[in-house]
Amino acid sequence: MIQPDRIVATTCPYCGVGCNLQLHIKDDYIYKVTSPFDSVVNHGNLCVKGRFGYDFIYNKERVTAPLIRKTLQKPGARTQGFERSEWGEIPWDEALDYTADRLVEVYKRDGSDAMAVYCCAKATNEDNYLLQKMFRALFRTNNVDHCTRLCHAGSVVALQMAIGSSAMSNTAAEVIHSDVFIVTGSNTAETHPIIALQMKAAVEKHGAKLIVVDPRRVEMVDWATLWLPERPGTDVPVFSAMAHVIIKERLYNEHFVRERTLGFEEFSKSVEKFTPEYAEAISGVDRNLIIEAARMYAKAKNGAIYWALGIPEHSHGTDNAMTLIHLALLTGHIGRTGTGLNPLRGQNNVQGASDSGAMPWHYPGYQSVDHEESARKFERAWSIEPGGLSRKRGLTTTEILSSIEPGGVRALYIMGENPMMSEPNLNHTRQQMEQLEFLVAQDIFINESGAYADVFLPAASWAEKEGTFTNTDRRVQRVRKAIEPRGQSRGDWEIICDLAIRIEKRLSRLSTAFWSYKEPSEVLDEMGRLVPEYAGVKYWRIEREGLQTPVWDDNHPGTPYLFSESFPSGKGKFHPLEYRPAVEMPDGEYPFILTTGRVLEHWHGGTMTRHSQLDELYPGARLEMNPADASWLKMENGQVVRVSSRRGSIVLRVWTTPRTTPGVVFVPMHFAEAAANLLTIDALDPEAKIPEYKACAVRITPAREEELARPGTKFERGRY
Amino acid sequence: MSDVSLTIDGRDVTVPAGTTLLSAAQKVGARIPTICYHEHCTPNGLCRICVVEVEGTRALVPACVAQASERIKVHTRNARVERRRRTILEMLSSGVDLSEAPELLELMSEYHADPTRFPESERREQPVLDDNPMYIRDYSKCILCWRCVQVCADDAQFTYALNFSGRGFATNISTFFEKPMPETTCVFCGQCLGVCPTGALKPKREWLLERGLAPNEIMRETISTKRKPKR
Amino acid sequence: MDAFRDLTRLRSILTEFAPQGRTALLPALHAAQHLYGWLPEAIATEVGQALGVPLADVYGVIDFYTMFQRRPAGRTIIRVCEAPVCAFAGCDAVFDAVCRHLEIGPGRLNADGVFTVERAPCLGLCDRPPAVLVNEAAFGHVNPAQAASLCVGSPMRLTSFVGGDIRRLTANCGRGLPALLSDYEASGGYKGLKRALQMKPEDVIGEVKASGLVGYGGAAFPTGVKWEGAARAPGGPKYVVCNADESEPGTFKDRLLLEEDPHRIIEGMVIAAYAIDASKGYIYVRGEYPYAFRVMQEAVGAARQADYLGKNLLGSGFEFDIEVRLGAGAYVCGEETALFESIEGKRGFPRVKPPFPTTQGLFGSPTVINNVETLCNVPLILQQGAADYRKIGTEKSPGSKLFCVSGRVQRPGLYEVPFGVTLRHLLFDLAGGLKEGCVLQAVLLGGAAGAFATEKDLDVPMSFEGFRAAGLPLGSGAVMVFDDTADMLDVLRRLAAFFAHESCGKCYPCQLGTQRQYEILERVAARRSLPGDADRLADVGWTMTDASLCGLGQTAALAVLSAMKLWPEIFEEKDKRPDRHV
Repeated sequence: MIQPDRIVATTCPYCGVGCNLQLHIKDDYIYKVTSPFDSVVNHGNLCVKGRFGYDFIYNKERVTAPLIRKTLQKPGARTQGFERSEWGEIPWDEALDYTADRLVEVYKRDGSDAMAVYCCAKATNEDNYLLQKMFRALFRTNNVDHCTRLCHAGSVVALQMAIGSSAMSNTAAEVIHSDVFIVTGSNTAETHPIIALQMKAAVEKHGAKLIVVDPRRVEMVDWATLWLPERPGTDVPVFSAMAHVIIKERLYNEHFVRERTLGFEEFSKSVEKFTPEYAEAISGVDRNLIIEAARMYAKAKNGAIYWALGIPEHSHGTDNAMTLIHLALLTGHIGRTGTGLNPLRGQNNVQGASDSGAMPWHYPGYQSVDHEESARKFERAWSIEPGGLSRKRGLTTTEILSSIEPGGVRALYIMGENPMMSEPNLNHTRQQMEQLEFLVAQDIFINESGAYADVFLPAASWAEKEGTFTNTDRRVQRVRKAIEPRGQSRGDWEIICDLAIRIEKRLSRLSTAFWSYKEPSEVLDEMGRLVPEYAGVKYWRIEREGLQTPVWDDNHPGTPYLFSESFPSGKGKFHPLEYRPAVEMPDGEYPFILTTGRVLEHWHGGTMTRHSQLDELYPGARLEMNPADASWLKMENGQVVRVSSRRGSIVLRVWTTPRTTPGVVFVPMHFAEAAANLLTIDALDPEAKIPEYKACAVRITPAREEELARPGTKFERGRY
Repeated sequence: MSDVSLTIDGRDVTVPAGTTLLSAAQKVGARIPTICYHEHCTPNGLCRICVVEVEGTRALVPACVAQASERIKVHTRNARVERRRRTILEMLSSGVDLSEAPELLELMSEYHADPTRFPESERREQPVLDDNPMYIRDYSKCILCWRCVQVCADDAQFTYALNFSGRGFATNISTFFEKPMPETTCVFCGQCLGVCPTGALKPKREWLLERGLAPNEIMRETISTKRKPKR
Repeated sequence: MDAFRDLTRLRSILTEFAPQGRTALLPALHAAQHLYGWLPEAIATEVGQALGVPLADVYGVIDFYTMFQRRPAGRTIIRVCEAPVCAFAGCDAVFDAVCRHLEIGPGRLNADGVFTVERAPCLGLCDRPPAVLVNEAAFGHVNPAQAASLCVGSPMRLTSFVGGDIRRLTANCGRGLPALLSDYEASGGYKGLKRALQMKPEDVIGEVKASGLVGYGGAAFPTGVKWEGAARAPGGPKYVVCNADESEPGTFKDRLLLEEDPHRIIEGMVIAAYAIDASKGYIYVRGEYPYAFRVMQEAVGAARQADYLGKNLLGSGFEFDIEVRLGAGAYVCGEETALFESIEGKRGFPRVKPPFPTTQGLFGSPTVINNVETLCNVPLILQQGAADYRKIGTEKSPGSKLFCVSGRVQRPGLYEVPFGVTLRHLLFDLAGGLKEGCVLQAVLLGGAAGAFATEKDLDVPMSFEGFRAAGLPLGSGAVMVFDDTADMLDVLRRLAAFFAHESCGKCYPCQLGTQRQYEILERVAARRSLPGDADRLADVGWTMTDASLCGLGQTAALAVLSAMKLWPEIFEEKDKRPDRHV
């Protein structure tokens, strides 16, 4: 029996739930993870990733010394260096000097617009705040973004337009107080496993009714009263038809609509054409199911809506999210416990990274870069001459990539992200990456993107640094240094500060921003002075339990649910919508709709999970196909196939399963050897600039075993 | 809700109706031992170590589930109660390996329970089940507190990978036809590990560390597909 | 395994069970086992998926009930009773002879896969030991020479002797045949129900309360009070359950009532249902009584035909129907909450009480659960009225009582006597006294969960109050008579083995205690006890009695503790033990 040297309380580095962890450590080795049963977030429960998926820290492939490419990389001829032999180890000082030299060189030559940075939804608030500060204050650019663009951008924009706030309105655990809740575009049981447990408990133990709207037969369907199996991309007609029914049957909350919303009359007219019959014709969902769902949700005492990326990841993602907002505004199911509009955030700190200003259009706290007063406020805080900060909205992630060209973006800094896995249409991404003049990667492994870098800065993992994460229900929680950083790796915040000081020196401006933080708490304090919602978030207040923003001052208790009295925008606004189909629809040549997403055992680009024993449980990609389609194609479970779209193709095994509906196939996004995003389309939502990951047209043809990236890989899991 | 007044170990106490004797006793500072009880799980009152004497009741009463009622007189640790607890502990330790259950060992010494009290007893010894990359199951250490089965089912995970085989002393925690975990509905959440009080369930990493493996050897041992042929 | 590929028949059966969900698990497993002979993985998977029961739980259930086979079993299963009375009559020799004849070991399949031989806990045939059950056919007074004929023998029903001072409950018993509906009606059957339906439900309860009827399952709780509790409890639908899981070794009264007078039980249930406003009832018959199960099923069908069950029964506007369930080999399911769990399709784990069945019983709803014998009294009470009913018996124990007399008496059988007669009257006047040349050593009253009486107790009046005063249990009405040739340690060892086998394993005192008790008694009976064994045995016994969760554990040591009190010397270490017992 092992006696731990210490047990360190911290927050899970995986999904947005933000589970509380206790790391049990012996000789700097984390041998066990438990969770306190009095945790308000997860009540002692964890999922497979939170419980077991942290051994990547000790993986021998991890980079623990600064690296520099042995051969100089040139624009247009940039290559991926996956092998360690292509890199040379250098001391930190040299690595930082080199990085500063090269960045300043590009900046001095090509100006602000040539600079861009990917912040990181996995890193801490402090890391993100500092990195956006570095690029804004030093390089005077707003080309600052992170993967929120690729997940909830559509939700964020819609929520901002309608009610002026983009976070989850309620606390996830409140679901047990709902009597009806809708889950749509979310495979909650696999992507937010702990919230799924609370949902299951709501159904099983509190008598709540669940309505699932999803083209896949996700696990939550097992707990659902109603399942509306829509065709991908038909959310607008389905939910608008629900609104149609609610209005037609006068099931809407007249008082709420009168007192707290604008534009009802116009909206009401706009949904007249969205009859259940019309929606059925487009979505394939039985009209009676739509009517029943509408009545069920409208008549609920406390109705709530939960959604994940199946809603926003469309070329009309903003519209999709807007239809959900409409339902809440119609029924008044918002502003009370057990209700609300709840976009489930995918990453541990995607909420926090957004709050911290890792956004091209916003400073920390969603203060617009083109708003003069905000700009002046940040100029004062960062010791910048008036007018020094750029007032120009920056480029989003996908735009940054497509702007990599002479005269466009020349130098890119990537902290912890992996666009070479996460961007749509990866073949295009690859061409763009190869055009870069200078690329810095700051990460723990050389992933598909970092492999293109000139210099690799080895970061400490989440267990090796201090900081805070903000989870999906806006709870700011502590991340603690449990073990020493492996090798020479360092906390991201430290790397950024050291680098910023070097850059400032090279820029030789009259005044410089502050970079000499002794510890991350000082960073959060600085952010709190600039972001009113974070004013009362202090390390000393969140030692044991996190605080839910907004926290207006040191005495404010935090905010479990929002909008009880009013919306930040005053009244909630209806926005009449038109149905727009997915950009690419199936046809004779590409007869299937491909949708993509996650599986329980893996996480996003796989930088962490694929270097963990988690990979044992789910070792490779598979194509989920409905048995009816499989028999039509004469394909068998386990057969090797090639999936092709107009943009690329991958080879993987088929898994015949009723989890997908006929005509729809699914590929998880985690597997570089069969990367789903080689197939996806880079069509963007016009407002949110989010790509359409959830629908593109593909065809499926037989392939040979030898064409598999890892021939012989079999799946033995029984739970599917 | 109304209050009820009762006497616990001679001390009067008033608690809200519905309060268990276990929490009522805490209020007067009487510590009642528990084994199967866990704040996170539906109480089953099955280990019976928390039994107390309620005057006028023939059998002893499990404090973790019995509710306080008006004017009852409760003895949390008289000679009878103490003797029953001791015998339960002695019977338990004669059949199960408690070496990694520090709380139980502490109880044993507090109640002067003699681990050798029942000689020539059948023990629930069985080989360690090492059938998945995440955790091992060493049912020689299992005290059948049921917590793992409960959290796998409605008390947390709603996954239902675990149930029982056999009955009586031969009861075991079991999967469907004793299949290896990867062939069951298990999602490897490890909720079961979180509530196991005896080390019967533990992360494979911890188990390998105990066996003296270094972290890099553990890594090799738990990540096999890419480097080792499948057995 | 090829046979299991053909799942069409199973699937068609399962579609019938599927709408019921989990509660149909035991019936579905019985049906599947009937088709395939045993329950391999593939079959269990089908059943679980059809009923929506997690597979681990399906396995848990299969492995809990001894009559569900998870290994290949023969089409013909020969079950040899190993309860004390049968043991005394030579069941071990019969078992060995059958095994030798078939050339197989216990629990194994014989060469052509037709036969399996098992030992069984009491088969409820104690009046003609040793007893053997060959599939559904019961055989009594079996001797080892009959091994071959057992294996080919056609069912022949033996008639149990039924006697006594009065024949109220047993009026229709003793003929070896079920009383048909017409027989029952001719003897005044269903008149009680007709009268009840003219009354208000609360008046029916009042009548039952006034009769002084108490539960005959062992706890002697006033039946009327129980009904009243369920009638007043909020929530529903409410249920009436007949506990026909008679498994107490030495007890066979319920079997006879089930097999020979099924309508009396049905009538009692309908009256109970009317009194508490239940619309559904279950009769849970133990798995070892397949014949009784069939008789009950047929009787329920007949009653339904005759409008005694169903919608608007007898034109009363009242609706009630009964489902007959078959257990699958688990003594603990006689415990009322374990029985509920079993009907719900789960392992037979007793629940913590309170809450009691009257408020949260079957499916969490208010439930009245009564023993067979109790329910058989109900029609009488309603028919003749409480006052007349009370004319028999004592003031505190009105009515009559059934006793199952077995062992070394002239005339083993079922006896109905008014409460208050003496044990001497029962054994000597009615059962003809001990067999020729036998000297009474002890009487085990109440079955395995009972206690020993001796010569000095023969004149105790057999009533609740009389037995309570003498410190004896009335229990199930089992009266097992041992003469002085019986090795009481071997009797105790067998009882201990029975409890160790039947403990459900839920609570520690019973799960561990029944095992430790058996281990100690095995040593003691083999005359190789260790120093301190007597102490240990008493300690284990009192711990089970005091601290167990349900009645099984609380009574698992009663016989042992009573023996220790009566004959302390036989538990002493070998060298100190008197010669007589060595």
